[in-house]
Amino acid sequence: MIAEIFADLCTGCGDCVSACPTHVLDFGTDGLPVVARIDQCQTCFMCELYCPSDAIYVAPDQRHAETVDPAAIRASGVLGSLRRGYGWDRADDRDILADFWRLGPLLREGAEIAARRYQTRRGAAAAEPQDNNPSM
Amino acid sequence: MSAPSRSDKADLIELEADVLVIGGGMAAGWAATAAARAGAAVVLVDKGFMGTSGVTATGGPNHWWVPPAPGRREAAVEERHARSFGLAERDWMMRIIETTWRTLPELAPYYPFAPDGSGGTYYSGLRGPEYMRGLRRFASDLGVRILDHFPALELLVHRDGSVAGAAGYARLQRRPWAARAGAVIIATGGCAFRSGLIGSDPNTGDGYLMAAEAGAELSGMEFSTAYSLSPAWNSTRTLPYPAARFFDAAGAELDIPPPMWGEPHLKALGAAMLAGPVYADLSDAPDLLKRILSRIQPASPTPFERRGIDLFAERFEVKLYGEGTIRGTGGLRIAGPGCETTVDGLFAAGDAATRELIAGATSGGGAQNSAWALTSGLDAGAAAAARTRRLGHRTAEPAVAAGRAALRPKAAARDVDRAAILADVQREMLAYDRVLWRSEESLRAAETALGDCWRALSDHTAAQGLDRVAARETAAMLATARWCTAAARARRESRGMHMRTDLPMPDPAAAYRLLTGGSDEPWTRYETAAARPTELAA
Repeated sequence: MIAEIFADLCTGCGDCVSACPTHVLDFGTDGLPVVARIDQCQTCFMCELYCPSDAIYVAPDQRHAETVDPAAIRASGVLGSLRRGYGWDRADDRDILADFWRLGPLLREGAEIAARRYQTRRGAAAAEPQDNNPSM
Repeated sequence: MSAPSRSDKADLIELEADVLVIGGGMAAGWAATAAARAGAAVVLVDKGFMGTSGVTATGGPNHWWVPPAPGRREAAVEERHARSFGLAERDWMMRIIETTWRTLPELAPYYPFAPDGSGGTYYSGLRGPEYMRGLRRFASDLGVRILDHFPALELLVHRDGSVAGAAGYARLQRRPWAARAGAVIIATGGCAFRSGLIGSDPNTGDGYLMAAEAGAELSGMEFSTAYSLSPAWNSTRTLPYPAARFFDAAGAELDIPPPMWGEPHLKALGAAMLAGPVYADLSDAPDLLKRILSRIQPASPTPFERRGIDLFAERFEVKLYGEGTIRGTGGLRIAGPGCETTVDGLFAAGDAATRELIAGATSGGGAQNSAWALTSGLDAGAAAAARTRRLGHRTAEPAVAAGRAALRPKAAARDVDRAAILADVQREMLAYDRVLWRSEESLRAAETALGDCWRALSDHTAAQGLDRVAARETAAMLATARWCTAAARARRESRGMHMRTDLPMPDPAAAYRLLTGGSDEPWTRYETAAARPTELAA
């Protein structure tokens, strides 16, 4: 869940208040965003991705709120890492999806690894049944 | 049917549109672009933010993508039709392949399509945040008015029962809104019952409830048993996990058939998780995936890095997150080729609509569902615009609000424990034993428990202000759970993802789609061949 908004980095642009799909944030009296409904946070990281000044840290557990050490977060360099990972910090986004086509082949390769491993372990007994409900 | 109170009225945000789109995901976006291109004045209202709302924004949907080479599409349709258990329609399947193929490249000015690794452009798969950001810009450039944090709560209807618009609550402004429109498109997504599935918290079945209260029918709600695997503490996309090995708490490896097997894989995992915690080991994952996962899906490794877990080296607890009608196939019944519902002036698109027409009784998975969202959105948008051109806005006619549950109680208002109701809904719709091993006995018990919840919530809740949004979400999840349960009980057989322990085989006489609806008293009936939408199209 969203764990920290760094007030000194926040410009009060309000992008996170808008971008949060589950209405976790409100504007505070000072015009900066405040966490008003933490129980509605689904840990989707969208506020971090949409924050142009890398002022937000979302902690990884979606089941309950976490307390973090703001100084340690700041020193770790993690602020903005998600936005940089998506390439949303670049002026030119032409190359940000250069590897994206590999998603399908890698999903299939993983599934084939599991199927071969099962076959090896179970031998001939591991005949594939009628595939009614592929979960992939 | 009560009028808004005086203070509400003074505060009311009034809107008018040729076409009102409710929802802000993939289907809503495509619907809005199609209606705008047809010349309609379009207003799109989303509960959250168009760009981050729903399961596409946090994902990376592939689309059903078959080039128009001789015989290839026919073969793809036949292959998939065989797995629909007789409930899909070949001409709808063929149409979504063609429309998807033709349409996705049009997004190029708004989305950074990249090479496909073999000299072409990779069009079929799009990364969620960029896809939805691009679709938002595309819709904006076409003149669509996008209103974020504008949850719709109910539909408005004319005296003749046709849809006149919708009403809701602008949650950032804390003001009610009402929109009159010549046509309304429901594109509010499926319902995952707040399972924690990534991106799905806003997907609470709101569109099903408001449509059903206006008289719309649903179809295929028994096909609502899908799950996806993720860490027990954070639902991510599933790319890292297909090669996983599984272990129990004592460190013994579990005998889990591979993911390609489908049902046996899911049931073995479900059974193991009912017995105790299950841990995944991803050390067998493809080497290339280990190196480039963060370049494909930056959000997938992020929770592991922040928890200090080496994703591909250390074991971590996993669970199955319910997908309800998101990867299930049920939704609002489609009654015509323009994605009309059974209510005049009301259209449905994407996961809010039944996907049985293209997937039948088994999940279409991401690729088919995405192609459906795109195509049904375009079809609904064009048909809604045409209807308004033909009939106008009818704003001079009176319209009444059709919402009941949690808005206008039948009996005295009192405190209703909505958290307890949601817990009951989640037990019946998400617990592995209830969902993967259905029986007459368990479904009858669910029907009784959920019926009791409904009477408590619907008869006695009179939510006010912002709380109306949350109250309606609970009502919608509960109503959806009741339709899923009624349909699962009425389908006295096993078919595709609907699996009953007491009736384990398909019944050839039941190879029809099953309809449901009604809010206070859910009903069910089989659709007859004569009423199928392809016949209406002829």
